[in-house]
Amino acid sequence: MKAIKNIRDKIRPHFETGGRFSKFYRAWEAFDTFLFVPEKTTFKGSHIRDAIDLKRTMIYVIISLIPPLLVGIWNIGQQYYHAVGIDPTIQESFTLGLIRIIPLIIVSYAAGLATEFIFAVIHNKEVNEGFLVTGLLVVLILPPTMPLWMVAVANIFAVIVGKEIFGGTGMNVVNPALLSRSFILFGYPAYLSGEVYTYTEVQEGHQLVDGYSGATPLSLVAEGEMEAIPSDFNMFIGDMPGVIGETSFAAIMLGGLFLAITGVGSLRIMLSVFAGGIFMAGLFNVIALNEYMMIPIHKHLLLGAFAFGAVYMATDPVTSAQTGRGKYIYGFLIGVLIILIRVVNPGFPGGVMLAILLMNVFAPLIDHYVIQANIKRRMKRIKNNPVNVKENLNS
Amino acid sequence: MSKTTIKLKKGLNIPLKGEAEKILNTAERSGLYAIQPPDFHGIVPKMLVKEGENIKAGSPLFYDKNNEKIIFTSPVSGKFKEIIRGEKRRILEVRVKADQDDDYLDFGAADPKNLNHEDIMNKLLASGLWSTIRQRPYSVIANPDDKQKAIFVSAFDSAPLAPDFDFLIDGQEDEFQTGLDVLKKLTKGKVHLSINEKRTMRRALTHARNVEVHKFTGPHPSGNIGVQIHHIDPVNIGDIVWYVDFQNVIMLGRLFKNGIYDGRKIIALTGSEVKRPRYWRVIQGASVENLLKNNLSTEDSSSLRFISGNVLTGSKIYKEGFIGFYDSQVTVIPEGNKPEFMGWLLPKPSKYSATRTLFSWLMPWKKYRLDTNLNGGNRAFVLTGFYEKVLPMDILPMQLIKAIMINDIELMEKLGIYEVAPEDFALCEFICPSKTEMQSIIRDALDNIQKEFS
Repeated sequence: MKAIKNIRDKIRPHFETGGRFSKFYRAWEAFDTFLFVPEKTTFKGSHIRDAIDLKRTMIYVIISLIPPLLVGIWNIGQQYYHAVGIDPTIQESFTLGLIRIIPLIIVSYAAGLATEFIFAVIHNKEVNEGFLVTGLLVVLILPPTMPLWMVAVANIFAVIVGKEIFGGTGMNVVNPALLSRSFILFGYPAYLSGEVYTYTEVQEGHQLVDGYSGATPLSLVAEGEMEAIPSDFNMFIGDMPGVIGETSFAAIMLGGLFLAITGVGSLRIMLSVFAGGIFMAGLFNVIALNEYMMIPIHKHLLLGAFAFGAVYMATDPVTSAQTGRGKYIYGFLIGVLIILIRVVNPGFPGGVMLAILLMNVFAPLIDHYVIQANIKRRMKRIKNNPVNVKENLNS
Repeated sequence: MSKTTIKLKKGLNIPLKGEAEKILNTAERSGLYAIQPPDFHGIVPKMLVKEGENIKAGSPLFYDKNNEKIIFTSPVSGKFKEIIRGEKRRILEVRVKADQDDDYLDFGAADPKNLNHEDIMNKLLASGLWSTIRQRPYSVIANPDDKQKAIFVSAFDSAPLAPDFDFLIDGQEDEFQTGLDVLKKLTKGKVHLSINEKRTMRRALTHARNVEVHKFTGPHPSGNIGVQIHHIDPVNIGDIVWYVDFQNVIMLGRLFKNGIYDGRKIIALTGSEVKRPRYWRVIQGASVENLLKNNLSTEDSSSLRFISGNVLTGSKIYKEGFIGFYDSQVTVIPEGNKPEFMGWLLPKPSKYSATRTLFSWLMPWKKYRLDTNLNGGNRAFVLTGFYEKVLPMDILPMQLIKAIMINDIELMEKLGIYEVAPEDFALCEFICPSKTEMQSIIRDALDNIQKEFS
């Protein structure tokens, strides 16, 4: 510990004003504050401060992403072995998954980090921790077959267009990870549609099973293949094709529980998304005009990215509604929209991304009405208790 | 007494070490006393005495250039020694070298019940005790010419390690009641006295006369006058209400009972770095030096933070500094000026968080020795929903702060800027993961608006 401190004290002057690398002070600062909580003390206002800060918060989001990440890694292998007709052990699946995912994550972080640092140095502001989360989220919402260059582009897009042009973390309007994914969807649709959801670069001696499809169950259902819906158990543990992080309901719930307990993710939003989804799926069950509308409610919640969106995407505090009541409305509408898009517009079987992006845009409007309600209550008080405004203000 | 209890659920009691034991010591008389103009926000002091001039307790020292009626008087008799100035020649301290015994200027004893409004005003202004009466909005000394709709007094303090007012009032019940009688004469409206349903026991408080008593329960900031006003009779646009601190009501009482400015008060010496945290009898403007002698955990004062007031809203003073005019508490905590390896990652048991991101929520019985480290870097707002949990008012804290940041006065008014003071946002500031300096944001906004309308 002491040795690290000594090295730090030796290097630091070079980055401070007048030092050789003073231009890169912000980059140094980012590493430095990563290693040490700085000795900065309060100088005005409250003399003591809560131990929570954004670094810890972001790390907690990453911790909450570990369960879906682990299951996702396993599932990459699992789907591969399904495709070649082999019954794998957990280790085999996991190893194959790791081989595939490690480059994805490295490229994702390297691209995001580099962009973030460049912006911090140019604008001389502190490096924001947000990219720690974005870097992982971007990987988790892509199919395992995504080429590396695409991952890098997605991340750079997320940081620049998703955040920096608005002024950085905390200022953005829509979720950066989802924005970059929609960029891929509309710019390079081939990488996100059809049979890309199973990693099928066949190894030596393996052969694809006849008729195996790497498409997600949802897109097959959209084409009318109702029997493509996996068993409830498979959907629960996450043994089905899909984007890396979305498949396992169980793992996502585990992460969601962690977010809700620590208060880092809004339980209000998570529950309202589920409530909205249940409401809409139930409504379709009642209308029941076609087979798709008759999918049982619980299967809707297990399918696709519903759970992942509810727990990790809808709850992004920057882009969601920020008032207490607004969060209920915002979450509920996301749930409704996901199922609506999924069932009524089979062209986009995964409605989660679009539903959340749309509600991101509407979140300020929802907040606006909640704020207006607060203002109205205050104005009503004056009506009930009039005073001579002018007289007092002028005296 | 109002029958219903106002039950507040939102808020936070920060569990700190170093609560004052209920033992009353009398401090050795300081050689120096100081009245500190920065305690009286917004005034511009103009001196009325020359260096070396002899003064009595109650003699004017300076007045406010913005309102010449408001004068500030010496709490002790002695010689006016010097002015200490800070940046831009701002007067920080007006120091008086004290005599051994106090010689008081006589303002004439009188029962407030037999005085008319004007007599009372004159006595308050002449004695310098007008400065004990403050107002909302803006949280500044009240303007004697304003019409206010009510006067508020809180009979309990809920801040971290705050003194127990039931203990402070011991033996001064009559003076307190006289003080309330004075306030009653000042307003056509009501005088509201707030007590804590669970902690306030004294009959002098629960059955105070000439006032409306309101019962409160709930964590800090339930003792904040702003929170109480919000729930009893909120400040609407154009309203003015006045408020007086608990011990200052007693001082007002003494002024009318004995005819003198008797600046004695009791302060709680608290904080984890005080060896024997206790109550001390001092005189307004006393130095903390005598209280801290042989009473600190370390002699290295650079590793300690001395605060006049509580840890959330108090002002930083030095080891020989003076107790603030409105403060009933002195707190000493460790400075947090040491870097900590991976401190943000490792959930150390000595760290405290009001959120559930650390283990402190699992150990509600534990008391903490918290230091002054900022515990993070300043960021834009990211997390939402935390601030509302510690502000028991129908006010949207984050939206109000954002309205201030874009300097939209109309929106600030609509969101309730007149109902709040910096202290009401102290817990929001404490809890803020983005380390936003909310108290100074609120203060600047209030100053701006006041300037705009004056």
